[in-house]
Amino acid sequence: MKRRTLMKVAAALVAGTMLTGGAMAQEVIRIGASAPKTGPLAGGSAVTYWPAIALWVSDVNGRGGIDVGGKKMMVELIEYDDRTSNEEAIKNIQRLATVDKVDFIIPPYGTGINLATAPLIAKYGYPHIAVTAVTDGVDEFAARWPNSFWTLGTSSAFAVSLAELLKGMREGGLINDKVAVVNVADAFGIELANAGKPALAEAGFDIVYESSYPLTQQDFAPIIQAAKAASPDSFVAFSYPGDTFGLTKEAAIADLPVKAYYVGVATAFPAFAGANGPAAEGVLGAGGVNANSDKIKDFITRHNEVTGQAPDYWASPVQYASLEVLEQAITRAGSLDKQAVIDQIHNGTFDTIMGEWTFDGNVIRKFWTVGQWQGGVFNGVASTGVGGEVTPVAKSGWK
Amino acid sequence: MSAVTGNEWRIAILGALALGAAALIPLADDGYYLSLSVNIALYVVLCTAWTLFSGPTHYISLATAAFFGIGTYTVGLGIDALPFALLVAIAAVMAGLVAGLVGIATLRLTGVYFVIFTLGLAELVRQVVTWLQTNFTTSVGLYVFTDFTETHILWMLLALAAVIYVTGWLINRSRLGFAMRIIGNDETVARHVGIDVARAKVILFMISGAFIGVTGAIMAPRFAYVEPPSAFNPLISFQVVIMALLGGTSRLWAPLLGVIPFTILFDQVSAHFPNHTSLVMGIAFMAIVYLLPRGVVGLARELLRPKAGKRLVAAEEATAP
Amino acid sequence: MDILVTGTVLGGTYALIALGLTLQYGVARIMNLANGENLVLACFSAFWLLSTFAINPVAGILLIAPAAFLLNWLIYRLAMRPLVERAKDRGQLEVDSILATFGLMFIFQGVMLLAFGGGYFTYNFLSEPVTIFGANYGLNRLVALGAAALIAVCLWLFLYFTRYGTAIRAVAVDPASASLVAIDVPRASAFAFALGGALTAAAGALLSTFYTFDASMGVIFTMKALIIVIMGGVGDVRGAVLAALMLGIAETAVAVLVDPGLTLAATYTLFIIVLLFRPQGMFGRKPA
Repeated sequence: MKRRTLMKVAAALVAGTMLTGGAMAQEVIRIGASAPKTGPLAGGSAVTYWPAIALWVSDVNGRGGIDVGGKKMMVELIEYDDRTSNEEAIKNIQRLATVDKVDFIIPPYGTGINLATAPLIAKYGYPHIAVTAVTDGVDEFAARWPNSFWTLGTSSAFAVSLAELLKGMREGGLINDKVAVVNVADAFGIELANAGKPALAEAGFDIVYESSYPLTQQDFAPIIQAAKAASPDSFVAFSYPGDTFGLTKEAAIADLPVKAYYVGVATAFPAFAGANGPAAEGVLGAGGVNANSDKIKDFITRHNEVTGQAPDYWASPVQYASLEVLEQAITRAGSLDKQAVIDQIHNGTFDTIMGEWTFDGNVIRKFWTVGQWQGGVFNGVASTGVGGEVTPVAKSGWK
Repeated sequence: MSAVTGNEWRIAILGALALGAAALIPLADDGYYLSLSVNIALYVVLCTAWTLFSGPTHYISLATAAFFGIGTYTVGLGIDALPFALLVAIAAVMAGLVAGLVGIATLRLTGVYFVIFTLGLAELVRQVVTWLQTNFTTSVGLYVFTDFTETHILWMLLALAAVIYVTGWLINRSRLGFAMRIIGNDETVARHVGIDVARAKVILFMISGAFIGVTGAIMAPRFAYVEPPSAFNPLISFQVVIMALLGGTSRLWAPLLGVIPFTILFDQVSAHFPNHTSLVMGIAFMAIVYLLPRGVVGLARELLRPKAGKRLVAAEEATAP
Repeated sequence: MDILVTGTVLGGTYALIALGLTLQYGVARIMNLANGENLVLACFSAFWLLSTFAINPVAGILLIAPAAFLLNWLIYRLAMRPLVERAKDRGQLEVDSILATFGLMFIFQGVMLLAFGGGYFTYNFLSEPVTIFGANYGLNRLVALGAAALIAVCLWLFLYFTRYGTAIRAVAVDPASASLVAIDVPRASAFAFALGGALTAAAGALLSTFYTFDASMGVIFTMKALIIVIMGGVGDVRGAVLAALMLGIAETAVAVLVDPGLTLAATYTLFIIVLLFRPQGMFGRKPA
């Protein structure tokens, strides 16, 4: 029961004959995706990964398909659940490459699984346009796997950019120099904390409270209370989705008197604003988009229409943009030859909903780093040179 | 103690042939079916190592993930400094030592207390590792980049399986095996005839733990990126117990009958129902539990009994490891 | 002081999670690995009742708990009873029930994924702060603590001061002897299993007011509950409550005084220590 997201019956029939070994010329592009539908990371991929892909497939097929050498080819999507397990993910990629023999693969969700599957994707020569993998190793990985492309940024850039933003707010008289820093003891949280603490110290901040907590932490009252006792003006948490929600609820209850409040992954989720109501106003978080851009506005509207849910304000549009890159590279290559497509990605400039994208050493160097909820929208307030940042405001209470 | 019987030779030759055939899989396919074979081999090794201890003692250990993770981490930490073979040996020693410590502390516990304790152990080791890494290193992830391909990993797992089977057979012939059989039947009797029950159990637990540690070490290159949630994944512990119990634990080869069909079944489910994996798997699982009350071994014996009569079963009983 | 209050509030939450399982495992002898899924299902139900019918979660318990009672009674009658009947001894039943409830866990998860999708859910209810000794606590947590106390006391009164409760305790001690003194063991077991399920569901409804939940997270609750049940002594309500409070306070103390990164380590260390000194749990009896 592979889900065939085909818009036209005719194309489905063609695909059918092709599957049964018909000697007809290929009429559809088969694209495989493997990511969590269950397991610890399923909550994130259900917001960011699957809907963005569904929207792209629907958009492409709505246009009549991808132009390949003058011929329009529809996209057929094959989905697998990796149950948030490396072993499953490896097996799924193998299955996509050698059993389903797909033309392209949309890389998995999450840093660890992207890295675990990278050698395989490289072995079969697919372009690997990773989105939901934020790590400082991007240059090393790009050198190791020349077919891999990294789009969402590096952890140190996220941390350093935040430190600079806070410094700016301090110089603007919005906050003082006391900051509390906590992080989740997992890959992204630790990399951010390790880059962020020195950056904050260098920017002249005094870290009055710091600690880490485990991935499965459910209860955040002690952390918020300890932070409150240290009376900082800024609270920074390099957190994961569950803890982002938990910390913020607890901060609202404790009425944490900070003027800058930052939480990590999932601050950009629409559910964050929904769950926290007015308390979300002024919250800083990882990610951000140029919410004033018409393309992003259009993306949000269509995302709601097609998938029935809102995108997040960080990785959803990037996920979509990565697929736009794939589409444009295929069209420019004029064939489904994987190496030709990789060459196009290496050298081209792509027009995406995130703006103009050029891969510099396989990495997108201009990306959003910090966003802030302002009037129900998560605006980008800091980036590594994207443009369109809005001015951050001080947080004024939790009501 | 006794000479190797003809029957044992036959089993050894059959086993060697089967392993040899499995080792040829990469020649036939180096893609998806190889990956599937590696997964099957992984669980065969884990379940068999688990049965080595849990079969005779009837203790259900959920510490598999702890030993597995220790092995994986040994390789992750040392891969840049030491040769792989040495790391595998260190992994065996480390996992064995932890098993020994835990065994001394906990094998007095029985039944469900031991189950939960071992589950807690895996979580405890995971958190301590995470905490140490968070506070004393710069990242939780470790990169393991080697030149091993899946073919190499499959071969290493198969070799390990052979070692485990031979070890199991040797244990069975030794004084330890004899002691374990008595303990398994009745612990009080065993104590009265002067068997050091605790010591026997601890040794067996250490052997089993060491093998699981080695498995973790072998799998590390396949992960490429080692982090606590994947290395100490509690699901590994559960899957091992469940597959082994489904196969049966009365014989060392019995888990094989659980692992092979169920890995393939689960794989088919996840391939054909990507959006309903959990639901279909749950239903399939419950059906299996009700339809195969004594595991696959029970079913196999029921099927064999009327045909081959008592002779075969008796022979099987006599040679069973 | 902060530590004690925060720890007690957290302990109350843990007690809620564990009380249902202690009945299911202690009396009905089913080590229910799907316990956490049962709880998360109740979280979703509370969310659904609130968002669709604007029924507040505390009132929602009046609907959710009886529904869970019925569901769990059916599960016991249809799925668990055959296992109990075919099991030759307690070990066999333990193995079978682990396997069967493992499957059940997946079914629960699958149903929740189908109905609600895989995303995160959270909503606001009674999240205004209450000040105790100068520190703020969420009202929803205090409500949960109060409910935990109420449920525990009712359960204790029921088990120790009613005829039927005494019968259930007799089944917990020894099903074979209980049937000799004219106790309908199958009926008492089914009742205990269903009641346990209803308690777990009530806990889920309360927890959903302050936890963020998704369809895949039941296993976290199951593990916590198992640890508490074992620490307290299987089937003993007093033990479960005491163990839950101990864990809550210990975790909070470690988080505040040492490092929040070591709370789980504290949990398991405490667990190991208790079991080393009292292998049968704090209130447990030595196995015969």
